[in-house]
Amino acid sequence: MSAKFDLNDDGVVVVIGSGAGGGTLSNELAQKGINVVCLEAGGRHLPQDYQNDEWGSFGQISWLDARTTSGDWRVAKDFSGLPAWIVKAVGGSTVHWAGASLRFQEHEFKTQTVYGNVHGANLLDWPIGLSELEPYYAKAESKMGVTRTNGIPGLPGNNNYKVFEAGAKKLGYKKVHTGNMAINSQPRDGRPGCQQVGFCFQGCKFGAKWSSAYTEIPQGEATGNLEVRENAHVLKIEHDKSGKVTGVLYADKDGNKHLQKARVVAVAGNSIESPRLLLNSTSSMFPDGLANSSGQVGRNYMRHMTASVYAVFDKPVKMWRGTTMAGIVQDEARHDPSRGFVGGFEFETLSLGLPFMAAFLNPGGWGREFTTALDSYENMAGMWLVGEDMPQETNRITLNHDVKDQYGLPAPNVHFDDHPNDIAMRNYAWKKGAEIYDAVGATRTFPTPPYPSTHNLGTNRMSAKARDGVVNKWGQTHDIPNLFVSDGSQFTTGAAENPTLTIVTLAIRQAEYIAKEMAARTI
Amino acid sequence: MKTITSSKGISRRELLKRCMVVGAGLAVGTGFVAGSTAAWAMETKHVAPREMATLIQMARDIYPHNHVADEYYAAAVKGFDSADSKDRIAAGVSALDAAAQGRGYSDYLSVPWELERVEILRSMEQSSFFQTMRGNLVTGLYNNKNVWPLFGYEGESYSKGGYIKRGFDDITWI
Repeated sequence: MSAKFDLNDDGVVVVIGSGAGGGTLSNELAQKGINVVCLEAGGRHLPQDYQNDEWGSFGQISWLDARTTSGDWRVAKDFSGLPAWIVKAVGGSTVHWAGASLRFQEHEFKTQTVYGNVHGANLLDWPIGLSELEPYYAKAESKMGVTRTNGIPGLPGNNNYKVFEAGAKKLGYKKVHTGNMAINSQPRDGRPGCQQVGFCFQGCKFGAKWSSAYTEIPQGEATGNLEVRENAHVLKIEHDKSGKVTGVLYADKDGNKHLQKARVVAVAGNSIESPRLLLNSTSSMFPDGLANSSGQVGRNYMRHMTASVYAVFDKPVKMWRGTTMAGIVQDEARHDPSRGFVGGFEFETLSLGLPFMAAFLNPGGWGREFTTALDSYENMAGMWLVGEDMPQETNRITLNHDVKDQYGLPAPNVHFDDHPNDIAMRNYAWKKGAEIYDAVGATRTFPTPPYPSTHNLGTNRMSAKARDGVVNKWGQTHDIPNLFVSDGSQFTTGAAENPTLTIVTLAIRQAEYIAKEMAARTI
Repeated sequence: MKTITSSKGISRRELLKRCMVVGAGLAVGTGFVAGSTAAWAMETKHVAPREMATLIQMARDIYPHNHVADEYYAAAVKGFDSADSKDRIAAGVSALDAAAQGRGYSDYLSVPWELERVEILRSMEQSSFFQTMRGNLVTGLYNNKNVWPLFGYEGESYSKGGYIKRGFDDITWI
């Protein structure tokens, strides 16, 4: 039923990755009549395969290939081999995301101008702004079915949200609601409304949450112009004497290598694999990796200022019932340096099951101080703090030549040190989060440290000038016109908002550009 | 009587005759460790029963929950009863016993108060034996579906239609 392209067909666009960026780009190009081969390292797991079981699902869909960590971030100590929790499956991290779909704020595209020079931060303005993206944000919100847009009602608030909302309002916060979520509040687009299953992080078994796995990908396949090859792990991108990319070398599920020729290549493997692939694609012409004349490939790795607050009450909450992320407080997302830091953050409710709570509430913690917290699990409420972290050149993905992956290629090392601005923002956010719960009678609160990163950004960033970044305003690499980046590694800065909506938005717009350039035969 | 691994159909009365009580609420016999009332029993093939009892006590001291019975801590450390682990376990238990002897007790299981046992564990916190045990317990104890109801956690929900009609917003005190 879907397409099948020959390995020697050099007229196809090869998209690496099938998530928010790669899945959307693949479908958008296919809808325009362009032939696409999408190479996905993971398998095709769909709602019938997802598991309402935290560790079972973790083993089923997580990216677990060898990775190493360094830097002063606590993740390097507590989870040295797991810098990030992202997905290896068709749909990428849209399988396990919570669904939060917020537009960036205008000033967040102009951080260098608005925040000024922050010592040690590699701030840069994006080469695009909010007004340019607005029409594409609108298309993305419609595509994904974001609540509180397009006439779609907000989701109802669960127990965890009710505690959060009451505390936030008592503190005087005004922008408090059940979020802009890419989760159907009623049937839409052939998918049912949310049944409050509570295992959003394990894949939505009702398909109420938008995921490219069961939207973009099958829609693209239905055109006859998109072929998805699962368990196809890309190893290297090839190029010719003129510096144009010509094809992609990948390993299939049996480890056999194949070379798919390409007219255009788009890299969308998330922010650790995408720069790693470029760095592993060295040649005599590109000794520092592809598209790396600036030296910025892999650099400026951002994971958002993140942390959590969990609180215990003297009565049950049962926060695990219903959507994992059930509401938001947006008042602190503004830029207000009087608080002691630049940039802002969002408060978003979060729930973990007992198994994950034991692992992540206080990694390494033990004894009664720890177990008395879990004893009150039924009476717990929780929130996640997500805010803008500072890009630093030294936070970066590099090749670790001492550790090889299953194909004999150097594994990626993720180096991260907190910036003082990140620390100041986190401390403030923890304090305010605890105050929200104290306002409604919390008997104990916990400052939970950042988890292995679910937001990974910035490592092939957009820039106006080639020396400052890797790609231009279209996600096209400065150095190689027929090589694109289509995932969150394009982000010049991280903003306070969850990244998926912006990734989908950029992919819709990038597809238009690629189609136009292909029609004009400039690529 | 609940068996955590299959036994030879031995009765509870018979078991109680064949074991010796050690530590807090544990008993050991030839080739098995059990609760001192023989409410549960677990065979040991590679690790000595007294060592397995020590691991069970250590597990509870690392993650103490008053309302979680010994059989769940036993289930959590059962995996260490293997040919690959037995030397490491023997060495680790030896170290615990030596620390206990330094405080005037005959072994770790004979240290009567949790407070003192925790002090011993804290002194060994950086050891790979402690870290291996602790790390294993995070899933060994808390990922046991039989333990979840003890904390009120309800587990999988899709087959029951989610929580939309089962109390997702049933909080009454807010």
